[in-house]
Amino acid sequence: MSVNRRDFLKIVSMSTILSIGGVASVSSLKDQVEASQISKSPAALTAKRWAMVVDMSKFTSEADYQRCIDACHRAHNVPHITDNPKHEVKWMWTETYEHAFPGNEDAYRAEKFQHMPFLMLCNHCENPPCVRVCPTQATFKRKSDGIVMMDMHRCIGCRFCMAGCPYGARSFNFKNPRPFIDESKENPEFPTRMKGVVEKCTLCYERLAKGLQPACVEVSNGALIFGDIEDPNSAVRKVLSERFTIRRKPELGTGPSVYYII
Amino acid sequence: MYNGGKIIIGLIIFVGLVTFPFIFRGDKATAKPDPKVDTAEILKLPENERKCVESKEFMKREHMKLLNEWRDQVVRDGDTIYTNAEGKTFTMSLQKTCMKCHSNKSKFCDECHNYAAVKPYCWDCHIAPKEKQS
Amino acid sequence: MLEKAIYGGRRYWVWIFFLLGLISVGFLAYLYQFKNGLGVTGMSRDVSWGLYIGQFTFLVGVAASGVMVVLPYYLHDYKKFGRLTILGEFLAIAAVIMCMLFIFVDLGQPLRVLNVILHPTFNSVMFYDMIVLSGYLFLNLLIGWTVLGAERKEVAPPKWVKPLIILSIAWAPSIHTVTAFLYAGIPGRHFWLTAILAARFLASAFAGGPALLIILALIVRKYTKFDPGKEAIQSLGKIVTYCMLINVFFLGLELFTAFYSQIPGHMYSFIYLYAGLHGYSQLVPIMWVSSILAAVAVFMLVFPQIRKNESLLAIACIATFFSLWIDKGFGLVVGGFVPNPFERITEYWPTIPEALITLAVWAIGFLVLTILYKIAVSIKEEVVFDKYGERQIKAE
Repeated sequence: MSVNRRDFLKIVSMSTILSIGGVASVSSLKDQVEASQISKSPAALTAKRWAMVVDMSKFTSEADYQRCIDACHRAHNVPHITDNPKHEVKWMWTETYEHAFPGNEDAYRAEKFQHMPFLMLCNHCENPPCVRVCPTQATFKRKSDGIVMMDMHRCIGCRFCMAGCPYGARSFNFKNPRPFIDESKENPEFPTRMKGVVEKCTLCYERLAKGLQPACVEVSNGALIFGDIEDPNSAVRKVLSERFTIRRKPELGTGPSVYYII
Repeated sequence: MYNGGKIIIGLIIFVGLVTFPFIFRGDKATAKPDPKVDTAEILKLPENERKCVESKEFMKREHMKLLNEWRDQVVRDGDTIYTNAEGKTFTMSLQKTCMKCHSNKSKFCDECHNYAAVKPYCWDCHIAPKEKQS
Repeated sequence: MLEKAIYGGRRYWVWIFFLLGLISVGFLAYLYQFKNGLGVTGMSRDVSWGLYIGQFTFLVGVAASGVMVVLPYYLHDYKKFGRLTILGEFLAIAAVIMCMLFIFVDLGQPLRVLNVILHPTFNSVMFYDMIVLSGYLFLNLLIGWTVLGAERKEVAPPKWVKPLIILSIAWAPSIHTVTAFLYAGIPGRHFWLTAILAARFLASAFAGGPALLIILALIVRKYTKFDPGKEAIQSLGKIVTYCMLINVFFLGLELFTAFYSQIPGHMYSFIYLYAGLHGYSQLVPIMWVSSILAAVAVFMLVFPQIRKNESLLAIACIATFFSLWIDKGFGLVVGGFVPNPFERITEYWPTIPEALITLAVWAIGFLVLTILYKIAVSIKEEVVFDKYGERQIKAE
């Protein structure tokens, strides 16, 4: 039987595709690590939904909030970009009232409130737009405790999440961050990131897994109250029931988990 | 065949080019990889406790898959404890578990990776333990 | 049929090698960007999308505009577009390839791009964008190639092409709507958060794409023996006119909502782009160039006496194309990021490596377009003209 060239090429390419596909699917099924071998650490802190209350009355000096920012940036090897402010990477920083809560401008607000240094971080929203837009689920909302996480291994650096975040909480690694990390202050227990991925506060998930409070909360001397907002007995719920709080841009429906007591 | 002379010469040149790296190779490039497990941290352990997370054969074959699984479990599911085939528990972490014993990346990890010309990008982010220059 | 692309005169090869030169330079620039990261561009933490994504957005419109020729011909039997459809389909192929390249060069971790397929995310608009763009590319390749192949053999195309053509007609507006959805559903960016964004995208696509097609058709007529048809070009000109008018009208609607409501968040981006905000006014000159070009284009297109003159029509189309290229390929994206969520301003301007990479992607698109057009024109010349060089079918 003679086959003409075109049909021969069709047969060869179809068989190649099918055999590669077949081998790939079979080999991916063997040797999976069994799920029964994986478990959570017994010391881990758990919650239905973590929240944080920033008590602005307790931030009286620059040292107060700089301590929190430094603890966060040191624990996570956040680079300090010095050569170009456009490439800044920050997980926690401060803004004045009119920039933290735009749309609330008032020329007659008291001086004291105009210059207050509001601590900014990812709000770990209940309904995060960044998670909604990520095409690879590199950023995702943890089902266990509501933390909006980052999977640096999966991020393709498309920066859709940065466009989607209404709070400007995300930073992109425009270049290799390692030269900008002070080696003497590096935390060897936590990785750095590489160029081309987006990063932000991840609510110290690695510390929560060991039973520790987030780094910023630990050094805040009570200025940051952290806890499970769905536990009626938590410290966060206690504060929320006693004091008036505001959140950033609540009208957008994102459901931010960071509250501010002014 | 038509142009037989040119075709055969061309074929000889082609075969020569393709097999060149296999014929002319330096001994360094083909020296069998010899990953060293005699780090200070491993030597501190008593002899019968010098066991990795899983057996040597398993790790040799599957450490890439194991690390991928660990990565997804820790980052995506939030679980950190791994119980191996013998019931011993470990924290799933490249930097905090694996590299604590295998603190000699250049004499351990890089040995096989260099031989196989593989460049895993783990170290772009995960901090390799500082090694003493010897 | 590909062999038609390797036969050409001196002019053809000079053009091909010019494009290859641009591509090589841009490729080297891309290697520089790949090694050093996206910091070599002008993007910043505040303006995290720039020229690459702007050009992608503009080119999706150009790709979708192929439907403007295909729909009248296949759905409504408008025979006059018979010789334009292949040019429209091949323009769509080149445009979609450019779109995909622009996305690729914009990624921070391009080697992981397959994660979008390995981890499908049904709530992400970008996932659907990848599907619709790939589907549209495949459809146009299959349809264009099959119809052209049938014409070359002087037979009717196979029956299964017709349903695919109908599918491509429905698919074309969808690619641009999905691209608009990338922007129109983002809660924090008031410049983009408008229901009319998808409609604006379609109107500007159907003005800018046919404008480019008219210019390409005139070039094809000038440099080859193939004439796409005077009436076809005039009909396209009417389409450009109406769509440009609708596009300008839609912009007016946006300006009304922003400035009559006097809501600061709605007004700021427009003020930044057209007048400057808090002393930052880097984009004001080019946005006004875009507006003036649009006004000139509309004026020239509206009057039939001007539009019927093909040289003046060409000028009007060039003005239309560049006006929309600035507006959609630059102003739209940067405007969304200024001011930032803290109502601060970081400006954006592309750097030289960024510009070279952009130029290279355009050159790749034009290379694909040239090769495909060479094939199409070579076949049409054989079939439509007999061996004495006489026209068998008169240009209507």
